[in-house]
Formats: sequence, structure tokens, C-alpha cells
Amino acid sequence: MSLQTHPQHAKTFLQDAPKAKWHDQALWFLREKRDTSAKNVPDWEALREQASRIKAHTICHLDMYLEEFEKNATKNGIFIHWANDAQEHNEIVLNILQKHSVKNVVKSKSMLTEECHLNIYLENHGVDVIDTDLGERIIQLNNEPPSHIVVPAIHLKKEEIGEIFEKHLHSEKGNADPKYLTETARTHLREKFLNAQAGISGVNFAVAETGGIVVCTNEGNADLGISLPPLHIACMGIEKVIPKQKDLAVFLRLLARSATGQAITTYSSHFNAPRPNCEMHIILVDNGRSDLLAKKDFLNALKCIRCGACLNTCPVYRRSGGHSYEYTIPGPIGSTLAPHKDIEQHQSLPFACTLCGSCTSVCPVKIDIHDQLLKWREMFDLKGKTSFSKKLGVKLLALVLKTPFLYRCMNHSKKLIKLLPRFILYSKLNKWSLEREIPEMPKKSFQQLYKEHKKKKTNE
Amino acid sequence: MEAKTSKYFSTEREPMKVGLFIPCYIDQFYPQVGMATVQLLENLNIDFEVPSTQTCCGQPMFNTGCTRETIGLIDKYVKEYQEYDAIICPSGSCTAMIRHHYLDIKKEAKDFEQVRKVAEKTYELCEFLHDVAKIKELNISFPHKVGIHQGCHGLRELKLGSPSEIMSKQVDKIANMLLLVKDVEIMPLSRTDECCGFGGLFSVMEPEISCRMGNDRINDHLNSHVEVMTSADMSCLMHMDGLIRRRKLPLRVKHIAEILAGMAE
Repeated sequence: MSLQTHPQHAKTFLQDAPKAKWHDQALWFLREKRDTSAKNVPDWEALREQASRIKAHTICHLDMYLEEFEKNATKNGIFIHWANDAQEHNEIVLNILQKHSVKNVVKSKSMLTEECHLNIYLENHGVDVIDTDLGERIIQLNNEPPSHIVVPAIHLKKEEIGEIFEKHLHSEKGNADPKYLTETARTHLREKFLNAQAGISGVNFAVAETGGIVVCTNEGNADLGISLPPLHIACMGIEKVIPKQKDLAVFLRLLARSATGQAITTYSSHFNAPRPNCEMHIILVDNGRSDLLAKKDFLNALKCIRCGACLNTCPVYRRSGGHSYEYTIPGPIGSTLAPHKDIEQHQSLPFACTLCGSCTSVCPVKIDIHDQLLKWREMFDLKGKTSFSKKLGVKLLALVLKTPFLYRCMNHSKKLIKLLPRFILYSKLNKWSLEREIPEMPKKSFQQLYKEHKKKKTNE
Repeated sequence: MEAKTSKYFSTEREPMKVGLFIPCYIDQFYPQVGMATVQLLENLNIDFEVPSTQTCCGQPMFNTGCTRETIGLIDKYVKEYQEYDAIICPSGSCTAMIRHHYLDIKKEAKDFEQVRKVAEKTYELCEFLHDVAKIKELNISFPHKVGIHQGCHGLRELKLGSPSEIMSKQVDKIANMLLLVKDVEIMPLSRTDECCGFGGLFSVMEPEISCRMGNDRINDHLNSHVEVMTSADMSCLMHMDGLIRRRKLPLRVKHIAEILAGMAE
């Protein structure tokens, strides 16, 4: 049944045709902005190649760079914690918060804490967590997961956001003016920032050489959340480490351009040490990442810098929405990451792809995304997950195609198909013909026509 | 089987033996595309042979994940075509399957070298005409507004043109061949290389998305006043033609070989 998951969600998403069209266009707009901005970098392809090599090198020496990072960060006065999985990560965060008797936390955008489901964990333990990124706050109020890793509320139109704000923040009924809505959120969040006892942030890059981290945002919410309260907890996946400070010159140029087409994010904030009389903690989370290191066909996925370019370019993502993937990270990169977590649950994702390869071409760190999805399909088959009927069909087809005699018999079967009445040929069971006519069946195959043609030519 | 030598090359270089590979779905559903390829090569004085036992490159099984069922077809292809100096195939995605994925599948096999040799000399039709035969002239006229639908595998895996994501530009081999046709007007599209949504098995596993993508692609052509949509991939065109005929739209699909051979009217 799991093979049906994505197609079913996609079908539902497409039922609201005008909204689906709008979703496609909104994301394509980001893709076009990315193109314009990449074009303005004369050595864009060289930059991608360099980024890919730095990341490939780093993941091959991950142990070394992580230890170097730990050493230097500790020297700077930062507390480093290691978490094996999501549960450990959440416990560490809670422990730190409890030690400081923290009840109110502000959080800036972090896909890792989404992956670990930190919010719900903390709320269950009596801690109030407020997401401060505007998009994140919208979906938090609406009690749903992000549908995109960079623009998490892209599935909502401004009118829907107006309704959410009216319900939760008591904004004016029917007012969907973006400026008004942003102002409403800003006023609401300002109070949360001032009352927060701790700030949690994600990490875009952790520099081994300096022991510092870099957080990229457009709203400045991470800076406020980190700079106001006396306690800062930064949560990162272990693949976020890069060797040197100068490597940032490669990644910061690629990240925002690939994500939204901006030359650089509005804020690229460097945090190298706690402020005086304050505490800074960094949690290094594995949660399946080191398992990925052992899988040679998939380990390149660890190069990902979470720019979202593969989501924006993916023709399937744009037309099915992030929630159709039912995984924290949707789109092409999510489709190759998800089955590592649960192969049964996410089996439909590697098939939610036409293998167009646009994701691989757009990726700033050159991850072979569509090839990985193809590899997953092979893995499913090797693990015996191809359904009996499909396997039988494939085996029969392969036999016919391998045996010229049987193949030639297809000419006769086409004649039989032509005899079928339309209501059978175009029944609901035929997924091809729901919206499409089937190809017209010619009387003769190419091989037959070519034989006649050659005969005619020799006779001439 | 003794292969003939190509008249086209005999004056300039070592005689070249050319094999033509017509993919299964063209053989069965679009024989006119195969015959147009034959006509085109004959017009250009390129001699070739078609092994009568040839069937399929194996892509349908491979894209499903059934790699084990693909191997027999790879072996069959290699056996049928190894004696040729060049193999022409009028399909970008089948050619990409042979040139790239055969090597992935066979990378640890004993006969890898043998497979590699055959894979490397397999060319998509326009690619062959552009890079190997270096055709500069076609005595064909096609006075219509044409839109080029770039098949994804031909575009991104064979580099028949410049993918819009990649900033270093490459020559567009399909457009260059089409530009040799007189009176043709190539129309610009708003999304130059968006996928049509066919994707083989995808077209029936995710029919709603597949058809939405196909219709979006078709609408892009209609908005640009295209009369004939062409491609180096008949499979994309098969999918979109199905949608066009269902919606009874004023748009025709023609494989690039049909236009280049003067058989598209």
C-alpha cells in the first residue's frame, strides 16, 4: 500500500487546480531568480565543483573535522554535546533548559529540530517554544509541519495566513495585506523575544578551524533570539561541519543564490563564543548520518547544504506540495533521505520522480539526486519489495523483448487491442487513459515496413 | 552478417559501418518515425543496417528498479551491435540508457569493456548528424511554427543542448539540425526545458501529476502559437499527443526525424 502514498496526496493537492498552479508558479519564480543570480557569477560551474569537492573531502574525513571543531569550540568556551539520535538530542536540550529553569524559548529556523520533533517534546515537558521565523511561526500556529525547507509556509496563500492570524493573533478579519500581517507577527514576536530565557538556533555551517558557527537568515530573528537571552543552544547535524573559514567564501556565495536568488542572505551571523556571563551550547547530532557514510551509493546526500533548489526546480514537487512527501525534508533530496529512515513508509518517494535530472543539475554541491532515486528503486527490487504483479509483468515483458519471435507476435496482439470496445480499453483501471488517448495502433511495425522498403529498393 | 560501408564517409575517412537501432515503442506504435529516420539517412547517403532481431534497450525494466531483468537485453544489444562503428538511435532517452546506464549496470561485470565499446559508439540521431556526420545542409522545407520539447535524458545526460540549470552553455544540437530546414520558425517557450511528465512508469503510477505536467507543457507551446511540437524523444510526444487528442487541441506532434526527412506534412 505504501507505493500509493505519494500519488494519493498528489492527486488531492491537484484537485484545487488554481492553488496548485499558483504553487507551481511561486516556486518556479524562485528557480528563475536563482538562474538570474547564478548567471551573474562568472564562474558558477567552477564554484559548484569546488563546493562539491570541499564537501566530498569533508564527509570522507568527518571524524577528524568534528573533533577539530569540538576542540576549538571548547577552547572558545562553548559546551559541545554529542547526540546519537533524535531522542538523545531532545533530552540534551531539555536538560540544559531545566538546569537554567527555562520555561520560555524562542527558536529560529532549524530543519534539524524539525527532524527531531523537538517542539512537541519540549512542550510535553512544560517548555513553551516559539518559532520566530515568520513562515515557521505561521505553520506552528496552524499546527502543521513545514512544506519546504527554506520557505516553510509556501503552501499557504496570504488569505489563509490572514485567517490563521485572525484566529490566533486576533488580527483584523479579512485583512490579508502582507505588510499588515507581517507587522502583526512582528509585534507578537517582539514580546516573545523580550521574555525568552533561552534561544535555540540551527546551524548552516560549523567551521572546524575556528570552532565557530554561521547562521544564515533573512529576518534577523536568529540574531535577536540568540542575542537577547543569556542562553544559546545551537543544534546541528554532523554533516554541517566545513574545514576552514575561507570555505565560507564558496558556500555563502552558493547558498542564498541557489535558495532564493539573493546574492547573500540578509544576515550571515557568526557565533564563535558565548557572550560575557552567558552560556553557549552546540549539539552535534548523528541521527542516522554516520550510517549513510557507509552506503557508497547514497553518502553524497550528506553534502546537502539545505538550500531547497532541488525542491524549487522539481516539476513533481511544485505540483504536489511538500506535505505529499510526509517527511521533514520533502522534494528530491528528501525522497532519497527518507527511505534510510523507514524503507516501508517512504517507499513511494523514489518513484515520485520522472528522472528528469533537473535536481542534479541545479544542486550547488552536485549531489547525484536522481541517480540515487533510481538506485533506491533497484534496492527495493533487490529487497523483494516489487509487488508480485509488477514483477510478473516485468519478467514477462523482459522475456518478450529478449525473444524476437515472441516480440513479433506483439503485432498480432495489437490487432486484438484494436478490436476492444472503448469502454474496456478506456476503463478506470487503465491509468494511462484517464486523461490521455492511447497511441493509435498502426497495422505494421517498423520492422515490417522496413523489410518491404528494402525489398522494393532491391527490385528497383 | 556482413555490414555495408557508408558511402557518406568513404571519401573522407575510413569506411564506417553504421547500425540503426529503432526502440521497441517506435517499432510498434510509431513505425513512421523509424521510416523517417531511414529516409533521412538515405537522403544523406549514409548507409546503414537494421538487425532484424533488435527490440529494446531495457529502459522500462531498469527504471522500475528491475535491473536483473535488464541485463539480458544489454547482452542482446551488445551482441547485435558490436560489429558496427557507429549506432544511431532516434531516441534521446534510449541512447542515454545505453551510453550511461549500461556502464553503471555492468561496471563490475566481466564483459564491461565490451559493453563500454558498444555504448560509447551509440549516438542519438541529431547528435550523430551534428557531431559525426557534420551535416550542414538539408534540402527540406517545413513552413511551420515549431516548438522544441527537450527530452530530459537527451538534454541532461547526453548534453544535446544546454540545460537551463547549467550556466556554461553548450550547442543545441536539435535546434541546429532543425535550423537546416528551410522556412521553419522555431518558437520560444516560457520554460525552455521543463519535463513533460512522461517518465515511463511514472506516467501510470502518478497519472495526475504526469498529466498536469504534460498539459502545462502543451499550454506553453499553445501560448507561443506553436503549430508543431517536435522532440528527439517520441515517448514524451506519445504522452503529450495522448493529452492533445483527448483535449482536441490545434497542435501536432512530430518526431525530429520526420521533419528533417521531409515527412512531417
